[in-house]
Amino acid sequence: MFRHENCLKVAKSLSFVPNSGGIAIAHSLYNENTLIYLWDKEVRVKKVGSRKVLIPFLSHVGCVSLALMLLFSAPGWAQEEEMQADAPGRILARQATQDKTSWITADHSRFEALQKEFNSGPEVTRACLTCHNDAASQFHETIHWTWLDPYSEKGITGKGGLSVNNFCISIHSNEPRCTSCHAGYGWKDKNFDFTQQDKVDCLICHEQTGTYKKFPTKAGRVVSEPTLFKGNGKTYTPPDWNKVAQSVARPTRKNCGTCHFSGGGGDGVKHGDMDSSLFKPDKKLDVHMGTDGQDFDCIRCHTTTRHQIAGRIYSTPAVTHRKSLIEDDLIPKIRCESCHSATPHKEAKINDHTDKVGCQSCHIPTFARVEPTKMWWDWSKAGEKKNGKPYTIDGPFGKHTYNTKKGEFKWDKNVVPEYFWFNGSINTLTAIDKIDPSGVVRVSWPEGSRDDPDSRITPFKVHRGKQPYDTVNKTILIPHLFGKKESGAFWGNFDWKLALESGMAYAELPFSGEFDFVETTYVFPTTHMVAPKEDALRCEACHSSDGRMAGLAGFYMPGRDSNDPVEMAGWAIVLLSLGGVILHGLGRSFFRKNGGSGRK
Amino acid sequence: MSENPMIKIYLYSKFERFWHWAQALLIFLLLLTGFEVHGTYTLFGFEAAVEIHNFTGIAWLVLYIFIVFWLLTTGEWRQYIPTTRKLFAVAKYYAVDIFQGKPHPVQKAKEAKHNPLQRLTYLGLSAILLPVQMGTGLLYYTYNSWGRWGLEGIFSLSAIALIHFALAFLILSFLIVHIYMTTTGHSLSAHVKAMWSGWEEVEEGTAIEDWEKAGGKI
Repeated sequence: MFRHENCLKVAKSLSFVPNSGGIAIAHSLYNENTLIYLWDKEVRVKKVGSRKVLIPFLSHVGCVSLALMLLFSAPGWAQEEEMQADAPGRILARQATQDKTSWITADHSRFEALQKEFNSGPEVTRACLTCHNDAASQFHETIHWTWLDPYSEKGITGKGGLSVNNFCISIHSNEPRCTSCHAGYGWKDKNFDFTQQDKVDCLICHEQTGTYKKFPTKAGRVVSEPTLFKGNGKTYTPPDWNKVAQSVARPTRKNCGTCHFSGGGGDGVKHGDMDSSLFKPDKKLDVHMGTDGQDFDCIRCHTTTRHQIAGRIYSTPAVTHRKSLIEDDLIPKIRCESCHSATPHKEAKINDHTDKVGCQSCHIPTFARVEPTKMWWDWSKAGEKKNGKPYTIDGPFGKHTYNTKKGEFKWDKNVVPEYFWFNGSINTLTAIDKIDPSGVVRVSWPEGSRDDPDSRITPFKVHRGKQPYDTVNKTILIPHLFGKKESGAFWGNFDWKLALESGMAYAELPFSGEFDFVETTYVFPTTHMVAPKEDALRCEACHSSDGRMAGLAGFYMPGRDSNDPVEMAGWAIVLLSLGGVILHGLGRSFFRKNGGSGRK
Repeated sequence: MSENPMIKIYLYSKFERFWHWAQALLIFLLLLTGFEVHGTYTLFGFEAAVEIHNFTGIAWLVLYIFIVFWLLTTGEWRQYIPTTRKLFAVAKYYAVDIFQGKPHPVQKAKEAKHNPLQRLTYLGLSAILLPVQMGTGLLYYTYNSWGRWGLEGIFSLSAIALIHFALAFLILSFLIVHIYMTTTGHSLSAHVKAMWSGWEEVEEGTAIEDWEKAGGKI
């Protein structure tokens, strides 16, 4: 069945790059009687016998009888023979990910450098660096360390810069709390030295014992003696350093999820498509990560070179080209197309969507399907007290709907996304950008348009809320939230003016002293929690007048759009015809009874 | 009222009858699914409606090519040459005479299957309405290939869809009148039976004028 010359022939005839790599791909794809190839940029899959490699494209043309033509014409024009049970995109993706052999050649538990006694994180990092001597300098270049957008003007875009959101707004003056999610040790204020190699926290991303936990308010440090955190009632214990250090491996979703599932300070606060339910999801929740299925780690798609992890960074898309592994096997595997190709479905008409509709639009019918996600955060209500004391109100899903420290919340589950044109780039407001407070202010928004060939209709979680702004300077204000009473922090005094003065002064930004609250929106592209194919949206979800695409304008969509004059004129003609023939018929029957009749 | 006895003549060949009824079925399905795709109602579900619509649409196109080929090779296309002779007589018949039991001014015959009104209607239908409907349908169907074919910017999907949609009303309207007209034979079902069996009952001895004859020298 497997013949090398066929592979060569396929590789050449299908314009694979004429090097060994291309042929290797052809090899790996041409097995088990299945041939995957490109035809006019479409991926096609075919069962083949040992003799025939390519069945002539228009095999139906030979049909002579009309009946046969009628039977086969439509499928013959539109698509290939469907001899395979699975969709081409599935077969392709399966082959791309089937090799699960580990090729790690080092057992860290046997390294001498990791046997000695450690008392702190930086000591472990120094031990790591004795072998991995480029690791820290690589890591220093990444956004995980700088919290700055490497592609924009230095120091402006990014959490570590002046970008703001509508959750806790900004890290400035709040560092020790926020940086418990920094992959470093001791970023407690703006004087943190980002050039120190041993301040990199290797363990938070690489340790596998699950016992290494950064204390929530200690600027990314771990405790040296058991300490209670009142915020969640948990006691944090110092790690067994040797055990933790010797456990290191490639990051699993436990490592990534520790921070990314709790963005915004709690489970499911920020992303609607990433929360603790993804630690051990089933296939129904995430068809790729499901422990009863493919069981992917995050890095299966977020492929990494030199500690640079594939993914969007603010306005820089994760990748700018849309290629499949067949076209280029060195690309990051971050896009659906990487493994599934741009023509993954059996049905040609459904493949016709992929130039304008992101895969996620149909394949993630709702987000937050297991754990709830925060949809509304109104800071203007914060600071109210009951009997002179801060308080909370419990709401649905076991979540607070009010917290004196933070204001009013709304949580939701199984949320239908909002859809926007998206080219992979998200713009984010900074604390120096002017806003127009007369309407809802977009703190972050997706870029893209109907006319941009790189844009796809993409589902989003839109987090709405109210946050303080400077009514004179027309800028979003940075409040000092976390800190002791005497620091001016809001959570110490519940005084907005003090908190805003303190936060803005710390960030070295002007504040007029006048402030109010403005409604804002913040967007998250929905891309995780891909549902199994049987749960994908049906056509009607969008192809109807009140469907999910109702808010997108500027293009004609069957089933959604119409033209009222044509519609009215059309039905008028039909009704007139119907009325006409009915009257005519009645007339004939009347005259027939009264003597005159039809031809007889 | 004519006193001539009725005789049967073989008017519609097997292929004509096949084409007629196949076309009837296809048009029925196309209208049914087309209006669903447009969003007028839900019957099969959008996906099934689209699939049926596309399949029947392409099938009709294939059938249409065969019909045109048949018409051209058999010379039957002459049955569709428009004429104004007796056109008004036929119109008057359906508007007035039919109620008075007067005979049809143009009898059917092998050489003249259609009366002048039919000729005009069927010519308009098969030479203009249907080709435009098929063309817009095909463009609609192949929307994704417009870029590759260099058609982007020449057509807009909304315009194509609108024409396709507007013509569907005309076809539906034709269908209503057409079905009604089948009842205007010498009995309510005479025309339908003839279209099914091929044999039409006409009055014996009806003279077919030369100008009416399809194959004839006009």
